[in-house]
Amino acid sequence: MIEFRHVCKSYDKEVQTINDLSFKIEEGEFVFIVGASGSGKTTLFKLLLKEIEATSGSIIVGGADIGRMKRRHIPRYRRRFGVVFQDFRLLKDRNVYENVAFAQRVVMTPVRELKRRVPEVLGLVGLSAKYRAYPHQLSGGEQQRVAIARALVNRPEIILADEPTGNMDPENAAHIMELLEKINEMGTTVVVVTHSQEIVERMQKRVITMKRGVMVSDEKRGELHED
Amino acid sequence: MRISTFFYCVGQGLKNIFRNIWYSLASVGTMAACIFLFCLLYSVVINVGYMTVRMESMVGITVFFDEKLTEQDILALGEKIKRDRADEVASMTYTSAEQAWENFKDEYFAGAPELAEGFAGDNPLADSASYEIYLKEAHMQEDFVAWLEAQEGVRRVNYSSLTAEGLTAFRNVLAIVSLALIGVLLCVSVFLIGNTVSAAIVKRKEEIWIMRWIGAENSMIRAPFVIEGLLIGLIGSAIPLIGTWYGYELVVELALEKLTVFAGLLAFLPAEEVFRVLTPVGLGLGVGMGLVGSRASVRRHLRV
Repeated sequence: MIEFRHVCKSYDKEVQTINDLSFKIEEGEFVFIVGASGSGKTTLFKLLLKEIEATSGSIIVGGADIGRMKRRHIPRYRRRFGVVFQDFRLLKDRNVYENVAFAQRVVMTPVRELKRRVPEVLGLVGLSAKYRAYPHQLSGGEQQRVAIARALVNRPEIILADEPTGNMDPENAAHIMELLEKINEMGTTVVVVTHSQEIVERMQKRVITMKRGVMVSDEKRGELHED
Repeated sequence: MRISTFFYCVGQGLKNIFRNIWYSLASVGTMAACIFLFCLLYSVVINVGYMTVRMESMVGITVFFDEKLTEQDILALGEKIKRDRADEVASMTYTSAEQAWENFKDEYFAGAPELAEGFAGDNPLADSASYEIYLKEAHMQEDFVAWLEAQEGVRRVNYSSLTAEGLTAFRNVLAIVSLALIGVLLCVSVFLIGNTVSAAIVKRKEEIWIMRWIGAENSMIRAPFVIEGLLIGLIGSAIPLIGTWYGYELVVELALEKLTVFAGLLAFLPAEEVFRVLTPVGLGLGVGMGLVGSRASVRRHLRV
């Protein structure tokens, strides 16, 4: 599904943000990418979403080298991903329903499909009753559920979550991770960037650890994949 | 683009206008001032043009011929004028020497016909056979008169260059000044619309950012801002057009009523005729400038 082949990325000649990164994520996997600040996690995300270009190496998504993709095809490519951020990034002037519907509107989904799909995902994240609430009327956990619903509504193949529990108490964080696991069980590939060892330990999933742009380990519940 | 998406973009464009209401009002106001001035100047120019054409039809050229020419020669010369300058001549009337004397008598001896009897058998205007020529357009006059004067057998050409030339020059100066003024105002409008759209882009930075991650097409991201500019242009041109439509007839009515001194000179085109051109051109200018301003801004600030 996703493959990094000897990918390097440097913003200047002296510092390499990503250095010879190679790994493979299969369809339907749940993967954590962990590492301290400056380890290259965000750059990895940006490379995957084609916000930035790799200096060398290649990134293969769904069998295609995204380095060769034309600019005009990038919007359609990005629809394969559902992105969730630490700070939720909800539109404050729109209610829960409108925030989720927004994701469908901007990709020109027919209104009939939108009216069917939005309540469906709101039900999945457990927010059917709060569809008229505005972001400021919701807790952090609820806001992140709205963000997940928005990421899910266009049926992406991959969910990319950047520190999705960063601003939450342990209970809410656990609920969010349960929700992401449920989404993964429904067949969606989930990639979560986090620095929370507690969550990583509890989830018992595959973990790719990065340090200063280099992958230092790739393991799953004690089983070593690559080093 | 789906109809629902189109209406969504229009809705977002309208929201942008209300989100930056003061910027939007300034843009609409400038555009309205510009289009109003355009309407005003166009109405004046087209009506001066209309009056000029009317004047031209009232101002003729009179050609007198050499004494040695017979009436046949004069008529042959008349035929030559008709044939060679057919594109310029609107109408030509021949007045023979006898007819000229009869006209003179009717005019000057109307109350005392006995005074004319002293000239019995003798025509004092024997050499006054003439052609009165009316041209299609006043600006042709200079060239036409020069051509006439160069013809063999032509003794004198009487014409009034002042009226026609004066009106044409006035119309031309007015048109140039108008164009320059409108040009400056249009530039200001484009600049202001561009600024309004830029402000909207800055306000919706977060939304644009999310749209990009979701996978919105560039056209979908840009559309609301382009529509915003287009709507400002449309509103900014519709308001002065409606205002001028109602104002035009009122002004014409007032001018005809109050300026009776110029009754013979003043003539106005009906509003329908003026606005048949003014409405599409005014709306086109407004919408066009709105599009130019917003597109420039979108290109500068929305590199998606």
